[in-house]
Amino acid sequence: MEKIVRMQRLNKYFGQHHVLKDIDLSVEHGEVVVIIGASGSGKSTLIRCVNGLEEFESGELQVDQHPLEPKGGNQKNLSEIRKEVGMVFQQFNLFPHLSVKDNIMLAPRKVKSTDKAEADKVAMKLLDRVGIANQADKYPSQLSGGQQQRVAIARALAMEPRLMLFDEPTSALDPEMIGEVLDVMRELAKEGMTMMVVTHEMGFAREVADRVIYIDSGQIVEEGKPEAVFDNPQNERTQSFLSRVLKH
Amino acid sequence: MESGFTFDWSAAVGALPHLVKGIPYTLMISFGGLLIGFVIGIFMGLLSINKSRWLRWPATAYIEIFRGTPILVQVLFIFYGLPDLVGGPINALTAGIAAIALNSGAYISEVVRGGVQSIDKGQTEAGVSLGLSRSQTFWSVVWPQAFRRMIPPLGNQAIVSIKDTSLFSVIGVGELVRQGQIYIATTFTAFEVYFMVALLYLAITLTLSLLLRFVERRGLAST
Repeated sequence: MEKIVRMQRLNKYFGQHHVLKDIDLSVEHGEVVVIIGASGSGKSTLIRCVNGLEEFESGELQVDQHPLEPKGGNQKNLSEIRKEVGMVFQQFNLFPHLSVKDNIMLAPRKVKSTDKAEADKVAMKLLDRVGIANQADKYPSQLSGGQQQRVAIARALAMEPRLMLFDEPTSALDPEMIGEVLDVMRELAKEGMTMMVVTHEMGFAREVADRVIYIDSGQIVEEGKPEAVFDNPQNERTQSFLSRVLKH
Repeated sequence: MESGFTFDWSAAVGALPHLVKGIPYTLMISFGGLLIGFVIGIFMGLLSINKSRWLRWPATAYIEIFRGTPILVQVLFIFYGLPDLVGGPINALTAGIAAIALNSGAYISEVVRGGVQSIDKGQTEAGVSLGLSRSQTFWSVVWPQAFRRMIPPLGNQAIVSIKDTSLFSVIGVGELVRQGQIYIATTFTAFEVYFMVALLYLAITLTLSLLLRFVERRGLAST
């Protein structure tokens, strides 16, 4: 199958700190890859490299056939990549000065020059899909955290991305709102969206992931089907991590 | 010894028709200067946070020079000094507007810098992740939010600049203080006249304060 993300020997440093070490990782179309690991392990940095929010020092990265060069190299493909890759953040990062609907319409209008009526229609359809069409004219600050994150997902979907990145999408939410966001993500996965998800929600990982990747100190330590990684981890670092997080 | 001084209301009120002749000058210099200062401020403020240090350096130099020297010296330099350089006299009104523009521009640069830097980095990341270019992200995501935060300090600067125009009586622009001086020269009623001059400044600045409070309330209501 065709690969949408190809990383080879990718290395990333923050100053002296070696954050990602020789990462080899491919993602196929339609695949849901969940990345787990302790905080500071480099898992967020890894997916932030995919849409160029973080530059990397060496290695190769291709996103949907577009190569992206290491720091200092040619970044001309970056804008193409970003049009095809949607991202959802831990802190939602909705635009507080725009209404919910305008948040969703902004990129289609500016980047794709979609006309207003069409962008409006798409926005309403997406809001309906994430279950909050009745909040279209409100401002983000008037919404609950779970609702805000659902708007953020709708906003990313409005660009019709070929790949969605989720960077700890439920970590900033109150426990009772986690479910509604995971439900939307589960639906997306079912519809065939290619997804890379960094999360601490092990239940979601087990249920939705096609592949789970465990990353520790910037290295991929273990990867495989969720049953394999969760029920029969081979590496002792994975075992120790899972025994800590699955206890609760 | 008793001074025997009594406030002469008729002298104060009688001065008004003469003093108000200064108001158009005061307003023209302050708001003309502030308008240009705002343009300078956006430009220099954005340069001062540019990635390239060759662009940051001139902006920082400009800000430090015009913030670090008295506006009185600046206007004297422009009015009396610059003509030597440009080879012709500079109109007092022009000199006054230029001084306010350059001086307020330096302060407004800092207001712009602070406003833009106060916006969370996640906003820019969200914008570029959606495929917006850097400049689209800046002008449609960061700037509108930053500008809203800049309104109170901009209002503050406007009030400071309005009062600064009073110094320009020294180059003979017919603004409020200058009109007062002219009037006093024939009536010798300094107390009453300067009292009225102060009241007129207060009327201008209070009007502006109220206006700003109104704008702020409406602006913040939609965030």
